[in-house]
Amino acid sequence: MTPLGAIAHLALAVLLPPLLLGVIQRTKARMAGRRGAPLLQPYYDLAKLFSKGIVLSRTTTWVFLAGPVVAVATASLASLLVPFGEKAAPVSFAGDLVLFAYLFGLGRFFTVAAALDTGSSFEGMGGAREATFSALAEPALFLSLLVLVIVRQSFSLSGLVGEDQSALWATAGVPVALACLSLFVVLLAENSRIPFDDPTTHLELTMIHEVMLLDHSGPLLGLALLGAAQKLLVQSALLVRIAVPLPDGPEPLRWAAFLAAILALGVVIGLVESTMARLRLRQVPMLLIAASLLSAFGMVLLVR
Amino acid sequence: MSEVLNPLLVLVLLFNFLMLGTSRVAAVINAAAAQGTLLGVAYLAMHGGSGVRALALGLAMIGIKGIAIPRILRGALRSQGIRREVEPFVSFTTSLLLGAVATGLSVLFARTLPLAAGDAEALLVPASLATVLTGFIVLTTRRKALTQVVGYLTLENGIFIFGLTLIEAMPFLVEAGVLLDVLVGVFVMGVVIDHISREFSSIQVDDLTELRE
Amino acid sequence: MAIVSAALAVAAIALAAVSGLPGLWLARERPAPDRLAASLLGLGAICAASAALLVAAGAPDATLALPWRVLGERVTVGLDGLSAFFLLPIFGIASLGSLYAVGDFPAAAHPRNARRLRVAFGLLASGVGLVVIARHAFAFLAGWELMALACFFSITAEDEREEVRRAGFVYLACTRASTLALTGAFVLLHSASHSFALDGLAQIDPATGRAVFGLALVGFALKAGAMPLHLWLPGAHAMAPSHVSALLSGVMIKVGIYGILRMASLLPPLAAGDGAGILALGAVSAVAGVAFALGQHPLKRLLAYHSIENIGIILMGVGLALLGRSLGNREVELLGIASALLHVWNHALFKALLFFGAGSVIHATGEGELDRLGGLAHRMPATALLFGVGAVAICGLPPLNGFVSELLLYLGLLHTLVEQGGAPRMLAGAAVVALALVGGLAAACFVKAFGVVFLGEPRSAAAARAHESPRSMLAPMAVLALLCVAIGVAPQIAAPSLEAAVRSFDPGLAAAGPGLREVAPFDSISLGAALLLGALAAAAAVAARRVRWPAPRDATWSCGYAEPSPRMQVTASSFADTLVGILRWLLWPEVDAARVAGPFPEPARLDTRLPDPVLDRVALPVARRLAEASTRLRWVQQGHLHAYVLYILIAVVVALLTTRGDLG
Repeated sequence: MTPLGAIAHLALAVLLPPLLLGVIQRTKARMAGRRGAPLLQPYYDLAKLFSKGIVLSRTTTWVFLAGPVVAVATASLASLLVPFGEKAAPVSFAGDLVLFAYLFGLGRFFTVAAALDTGSSFEGMGGAREATFSALAEPALFLSLLVLVIVRQSFSLSGLVGEDQSALWATAGVPVALACLSLFVVLLAENSRIPFDDPTTHLELTMIHEVMLLDHSGPLLGLALLGAAQKLLVQSALLVRIAVPLPDGPEPLRWAAFLAAILALGVVIGLVESTMARLRLRQVPMLLIAASLLSAFGMVLLVR
Repeated sequence: MSEVLNPLLVLVLLFNFLMLGTSRVAAVINAAAAQGTLLGVAYLAMHGGSGVRALALGLAMIGIKGIAIPRILRGALRSQGIRREVEPFVSFTTSLLLGAVATGLSVLFARTLPLAAGDAEALLVPASLATVLTGFIVLTTRRKALTQVVGYLTLENGIFIFGLTLIEAMPFLVEAGVLLDVLVGVFVMGVVIDHISREFSSIQVDDLTELRE
Repeated sequence: MAIVSAALAVAAIALAAVSGLPGLWLARERPAPDRLAASLLGLGAICAASAALLVAAGAPDATLALPWRVLGERVTVGLDGLSAFFLLPIFGIASLGSLYAVGDFPAAAHPRNARRLRVAFGLLASGVGLVVIARHAFAFLAGWELMALACFFSITAEDEREEVRRAGFVYLACTRASTLALTGAFVLLHSASHSFALDGLAQIDPATGRAVFGLALVGFALKAGAMPLHLWLPGAHAMAPSHVSALLSGVMIKVGIYGILRMASLLPPLAAGDGAGILALGAVSAVAGVAFALGQHPLKRLLAYHSIENIGIILMGVGLALLGRSLGNREVELLGIASALLHVWNHALFKALLFFGAGSVIHATGEGELDRLGGLAHRMPATALLFGVGAVAICGLPPLNGFVSELLLYLGLLHTLVEQGGAPRMLAGAAVVALALVGGLAAACFVKAFGVVFLGEPRSAAAARAHESPRSMLAPMAVLALLCVAIGVAPQIAAPSLEAAVRSFDPGLAAAGPGLREVAPFDSISLGAALLLGALAAAAAVAARRVRWPAPRDATWSCGYAEPSPRMQVTASSFADTLVGILRWLLWPEVDAARVAGPFPEPARLDTRLPDPVLDRVALPVARRLAEASTRLRWVQQGHLHAYVLYILIAVVVALLTTRGDLG
């Protein structure tokens, strides 16, 4: 991969996420019978935030500032590990799937620490929930990746994504479908979507992700929101590339297909959010364990 | 060799019985002294001709076991005002019977051991075992601390007799070790008896049975 | 050349042993003995490091015969790649710990105990060193015993406190058991090989070899603290002075790992089931260790349970290596042993760093409970930063060193998943899931620990009065943090030592199999770390440019809450509450909750405890029952001297009677 291609990839990872958010919001609005905000509204929001000033709490330290910074940095680097429209990601090596998972772990560590830094009970609560649910989501993520490892016999995300999806579905359809379903559940959990968390709620007691950002303001809040959106994009990209066969052809065609698939996944997420209710907090672990079991079942089917 | 040794060892065994049967503390001490002297004589008989060192060691043994240690014990007997009777837990007849059984066992046991030819003829191993067991019996069945010291000395004598069989292999170690043992033992016992008698009015071992605070 | 490295190792051991002795003669309250001990240990560390570097650079294996004969054999010690690999952390952590003790446990503050602790600490380091270079069973056991007893005296340094004494006794009981198991193993070995020397054992009968390995495994697992043989670990680590805890966690429990590796390399190859068993044991230990750590309130106990978790991770690597060796899969074996060995180094580094940080916190506030701390980052910024580095490292997050060893383990497990069939494949899959779960739980636990201790508002007056630690305590932490970063960004620096150690562990692997650098993606890790650091710098630059400094400060907004108090903050127990609840079936927490009822309830207390599963629920009740049953035998202890002599007489007569038959 040329350095130019890598830079283009990175630029897309920074510029595309708000569009994905916009699609999801638009879908939910349409499902609710409203016209909804413009598709590019998230861009306007981010621009507004980046031009504002910030107020910091007296209780906070450098950790508070580090939270959004680390979130953006780790999500950006993780995007380099996942192939978007190209055949192989800019950075790939055997074992990079572990790096992928642990980069998000690093981002989460600092986000939760930043929440604890404020000394507020709401943010601490949100941080505790985030830490708990992501600890349970890790095994599910790894199990779905393991299914793909066994099928593709590769230890790199680019290898897992691979070349010919249609052959993949033909030979190991059911296990891969289970793995994709499990990945989708992990996607919803890690990005705090319904049924795990309601991104539009105003009740702090029920929030997970939003509540951790309560004390952030201005550019830092913008970075935090961007980082979260990047995480959504990167994990969606992984799911899309595994599940959807991209047409063989010239580069622009592949990229167009990829973008369409990503936005289609955004619509799917919006549909899921509109048609489901948020789970009670006590039921969340059960759903995550169910997702793990799905992948485990897929693995058992493969190695039988 | 065994013609000289065996009568001496028979005498040692007889003194064992004397120690078990007498009711006077002074007699017990004398019996131990006599045993020690006999053992010194036995050592000289076995190795007296092999040089000045062996001669000196034998004479030292007679001096310490036969003269010095019994003198310390008799001194303690006199100065502490200890009553002169042996106070046993079991009767004297029973003690004698136990001694006889012990001697018999020792002889039987010695038969089963794979000894070298010269040692098998001599009474060394049976005598040593019998003396050790006699020492144990005295230690177990006599109430006075002083008689317990004598029992310990008899024990040492028995071990020394066994050491006589090993003298060729480790000549210096046996004597020096045994003598050191005896010296240390008596020294400690002497100090203990002295301290105990200063703490308590008598040196009855019975009073030392309180284990709880 | 070879003799030089072996001599350097012996010199390091000797220096460590005498490091505490000068303090016995110098005045009690002066700082000079502390500094002298630290200097001697530092010198020893330099010797050990030189020896290790020589071996890594290619010095051949050396053997020294000590002037000591046992049953006709000369006792030998030797230095090879595996021994040299362990020497570095032993003396490095020991010297950093003694430097830390200059500030944390000065003679002036502890007049009664400091001298004894200094001697015991030095002897502990030298005992571990002797075990690691021993090539004869007697040298091994001598070093083992020295280490065990010195460790007991180090743990019970503050023996005026009752809980310290209790922890010391539990430790003593466990270490006696482990010595017993090891002695049994060596005796069994002697009966098979007719020698006490630790080489040339590959020819003994495989069944005996497995029995020896099994016994030795029990002894070494007791020392390493793998579940369920970990009962002494939490108490000992929590009650010992911080630099002793650092040495225990960082070095002493690793000697159990060293023993397992040495035995595995000397004895004939084991069956696949044995390696798989160790892999499973490691996974269980890792998951259970981190689960129990979640519910601990005292900071040092929390760190102790994380040591159990990391020993589990190391055992997973060892088990994977043995499994790979028995299956003939060279890549798996290499990845397994490399991950285990590298994690030995990594854990020594970040666990010592964390214990030093915890010690600094306790030194500054006098409090060890998480829920009485808070907001320390304002008053102890350097300690907070360094502890943060340790916390990120222990969670295995990039770009620090924990990630490198965990990545190697993942790769080994993935290789097994893909290349092997049947049971090993399923086990590898389960192990990957366990490792992922461990990573998630560890991250939750450490963000809790770091956040509750250093961030937010102080939860007690003691925390509000904290002060930064002196330089003697900060310097060792800084060194360890730098090493964590160094190995995380450039793991190639550990590669020569790793390769030498692998060569000693399995010469066949080194000769015929793939090289370490081909199988382990060190260069990619460096690239990833560099990219991450670059991304962090770029994002930080963007943030810095957009924000107008200095930013105005105000109280925490928290959605408009008017009167926040420090007591409203999340506590450690509430942070971990959901997870502890989910893992209730494993942890069995004890909750003392007064009932809150009625419209005007009484003041109430909530108390949650997580008793140790093996110590508090099994070992102590069993011991209590045994003690009660033994009181029935008290009549044997009469107090009469005659009775005791009678017992001896009976024993002698019985011995005579029963040996008759054998000799006849």
